[in-house]
Amino acid sequence: MVAATFAEISINNSMNRKRLSVIGIIIAAIATFSNCTKMIPDMINPANGLCGAVNLSRAQSVLFAKGNDRFFAIRTAATGLGPYFVSTGCGECHSSDNRGHLFTILTRFGQPDTNGNRFMAMGGPQLQNANLPGLMPQRIPPGATSTRLIAPITAGVGFLEAVPDSEILAFAAANATDPNGVRGHPNYNTIPAYATPLAGAIPRSDGKYICRFGRKASTYNLAQQCANAYNHDMGITSTLAPNNPYNYLDQTAPAIAPTPEVSEDDFNAVVFYVQCLQTPVQRNAVNATVTQGNQVFLNIGCETCHKQTVTTGYSSIAALAYQTINPFTDLLVHDMGAADDDHYTEGTALTSEWRTTPLWGLGLAPQVQGGKVYLMHDGRAHSIKEAIQMHGGEAAVSASKFNALTPVDQNALISFLQSL
Amino acid sequence: MSMYKVLPCCLALSVFGTAQAQLDSSLLRRRSADTAKSTLTMDAAYNRPFLKLGKMPVSIGGYMESNWQYVGTSGITAGNQFQFRRFSLFVASSISSRVKFLAEIEYENDPTGDPADAHEGGQFEIEYAAVDVELHPLLNIRGGMIVNPIGAFNQNHDGPKWEFTDRPIAMTQMLPETWSNTGFGLYGKQFTGDWMFGYEFYVTGGLNDSIIDNSMGKTWLPAANANPSRFSASASGAPMYSGKISLRNSKIGELGLSYASDIYNTWQVEGTQIDDKRTARILDVDFNTVLPKLHTSIVTEWAEVLVQIPPNYTQQYGNKQFGGFIDIVQPIFKGHFLGWEHATLNLAVRGEYVDWNVGNFTSTGTRMYNDLWSVMPAISFRPTPQTVLRFNYRHQFQRDITGNAVGAALGLTEGYSLGLSTYF
Ligand code: HEC
Ligand code: HEC
Repeated sequence: MVAATFAEISINNSMNRKRLSVIGIIIAAIATFSNCTKMIPDMINPANGLCGAVNLSRAQSVLFAKGNDRFFAIRTAATGLGPYFVSTGCGECHSSDNRGHLFTILTRFGQPDTNGNRFMAMGGPQLQNANLPGLMPQRIPPGATSTRLIAPITAGVGFLEAVPDSEILAFAAANATDPNGVRGHPNYNTIPAYATPLAGAIPRSDGKYICRFGRKASTYNLAQQCANAYNHDMGITSTLAPNNPYNYLDQTAPAIAPTPEVSEDDFNAVVFYVQCLQTPVQRNAVNATVTQGNQVFLNIGCETCHKQTVTTGYSSIAALAYQTINPFTDLLVHDMGAADDDHYTEGTALTSEWRTTPLWGLGLAPQVQGGKVYLMHDGRAHSIKEAIQMHGGEAAVSASKFNALTPVDQNALISFLQSL
Repeated sequence: MSMYKVLPCCLALSVFGTAQAQLDSSLLRRRSADTAKSTLTMDAAYNRPFLKLGKMPVSIGGYMESNWQYVGTSGITAGNQFQFRRFSLFVASSISSRVKFLAEIEYENDPTGDPADAHEGGQFEIEYAAVDVELHPLLNIRGGMIVNPIGAFNQNHDGPKWEFTDRPIAMTQMLPETWSNTGFGLYGKQFTGDWMFGYEFYVTGGLNDSIIDNSMGKTWLPAANANPSRFSASASGAPMYSGKISLRNSKIGELGLSYASDIYNTWQVEGTQIDDKRTARILDVDFNTVLPKLHTSIVTEWAEVLVQIPPNYTQQYGNKQFGGFIDIVQPIFKGHFLGWEHATLNLAVRGEYVDWNVGNFTSTGTRMYNDLWSVMPAISFRPTPQTVLRFNYRHQFQRDITGNAVGAALGLTEGYSLGLSTYF
């Protein structure tokens, strides 16, 4: 370095051979490296990571890239974050478009039954557990029940949005006679004024629609999901959700951003981005243990709720329309028993009812959960086995069948789930 | 230098302007770095090759860095990149035998390293502009726009001095890169036999709230660099204190210990307290030596950043960071080469590590990652000590806070660069 290079350098006179070897070394090195365009790391095998889009036109690809950028962008106070928030970017909770980590878990409160949230004036339905420096932390108002929700996988949600209501209703109808006591129903909820009904929507006579997103399946479509995510999770206002979250303890009026903190352009790009995320790809699908596990999965009734094969209907995005997917969900809510009941709910689901979690991408969860897994709505299960054993209520028979399996079958089932 | 006459620096600069057009280049006398007397890292600003203009009390110098790069992360590459990274011009003048002035103007592409600012392109910046008044060798006063004495790299970062195209990640993306501020300082040096001792103590403007509120989503001291008002106003109204002690033995090497402390947040608005005061502190150890006989040069620096984080904030912004690097440079050829009298060929390697978020998640008790390591072998050729042609290969691995290595800019990064950097 400095000392070496600026130091007095002795002059050597018989340099011919050395000179040649120096030139040789330089040329050899540069030649070696410049030939090796293969020396940069390979693309991640899509099966091992979730980073792709469905087949898109070039114009769609540009929009997707923009949405991708905005999805992973970090918000700051200057770019609208907060003042009350849970995390600073979509990608912080949906790392690699997969499940979230417990460190960005969020809390909802204030709705103990199907009659709506009673604590909207006190900041319901979501607690923003972080705030910009200097502000007073939000608190769950006395008397409000609450639940904690860890982020579900976002890959493939565009396909879930394209599943027609008729198919969801057919799943529910088929449960009526299930010998194991599986019932399940759609979560009918009031949809926001800005929501355009999905293609083939079948509203109920009271004007409520079948909702499908979120742990309680209380959110109608991805636009609503994104508007709420920006607003409740990051404190970012949009034209769809123009008011910032506030803290009733501050005793100041809610801060209303004069202009939406996410532009309509960026918002639409983010919605498009999540819509066009490719579904997770199963790994080792032909492995004998995995196929055996898949058979066990069918045998003990897991598939009654975790629907392996679902078909999408019409979508304005050609790549999403009329596709067969393997999400392992029926998009219905099921009573999971008293142990899984947080006495908080949304829409017309009971407090013990949860949407069947899509199992795709499950095997990739450790990548984004620090080498461990945090499963079920609040990450309470620390292994796939624990998650299964926490199934009660309508899934109790299935869970007890799991417990009765031989260890070989149990492990095969788990290998199958890890291949998803 | 000690014989220069008093001349206001602005006059000196304007004289230079005309001189450049008229003077025969043979009147420009080259004075290479003054290595005999002042060899502590703290002297780096003046320890550069300068060009003296005839009898003018002004000397000028500068350097540039340019490179070709081909780097990819997990199969994604921007392809061949041609980058003109930096151009720096410095002007020194001796106002009297014991008063001197140095200014450095730098053009930098992507100076903050923050992707959100990248679109702004290159920026011109006064990196350094300070006057030094010597009262005693042990007591000098420096004032102006100065480079805080935080670690060795910050003080001694000129491109041509290094065998690597990229600057050490921890020293530029954990510590603020070439962190300069307006302020005042005292410094001094003492020699006895093989030993040399130096100290620096500066009081300057400092960091600001953006270090824990930025588009990187992690505690990021370089974010403060992006704040244009930092040269005229301090976010906290309190000074940043920074100091360094250097100890050198000509047979062993040089050890530097630096410490900086700053209240970084805006805790009052128009005299009313709106928040608690929170500090950011930096501890830094640097060491460099040249092994006898082998002439192997070793330069290393490691730092810890400690930041008080507000309550109910997100753990994405860590309260503790750690990182550093080690460079090992082995000259394998020195001497006459293709007509160059003092040519050197070096083999070198840099190892580096940064953890932007040391500690555990409160929610799970498991480790927060957000770290990176890299190994970078290099070959460099110096036709003269002031010019370097360097070829680097980088092998780097990065994880996000949850440990995820699959995603944009995460996982394995590999690539190579060929760079040219020279003083002029
Ligand atoms: C604080 C963490 C957090 C942030 C930030 C966040 N999400 Fe989510 N996301 C969640 C949680 C938790 C849920 C489940 C919500 C529920 O149960 O109602 C969810 C659900 C979703 C879903 C529905 C998934 C499904 O299967 O039902 C989508 C799509 C989604 N988020 C997209 C986004 C987008 C886009 C952003 C950024 C604008 C974002 N999220 C920001 C935590 C987060
Ligand atoms: C009655 C419907 C039903 C049946 C039958 C059922 N599940 Fe579930 N499963 C659910 C619901 C609902 C959840 C979400 C519960 C929650 O979030 O608290 C869930 C969650 C899970 C999860 C956690 C996924 C995650 O990402 O957090 C796994 C794993 C799982 N089920 C596997 C199984 C297996 C294996 C079987 C068969 C033994 C099975 N389930 C049977 C409804 C069911």
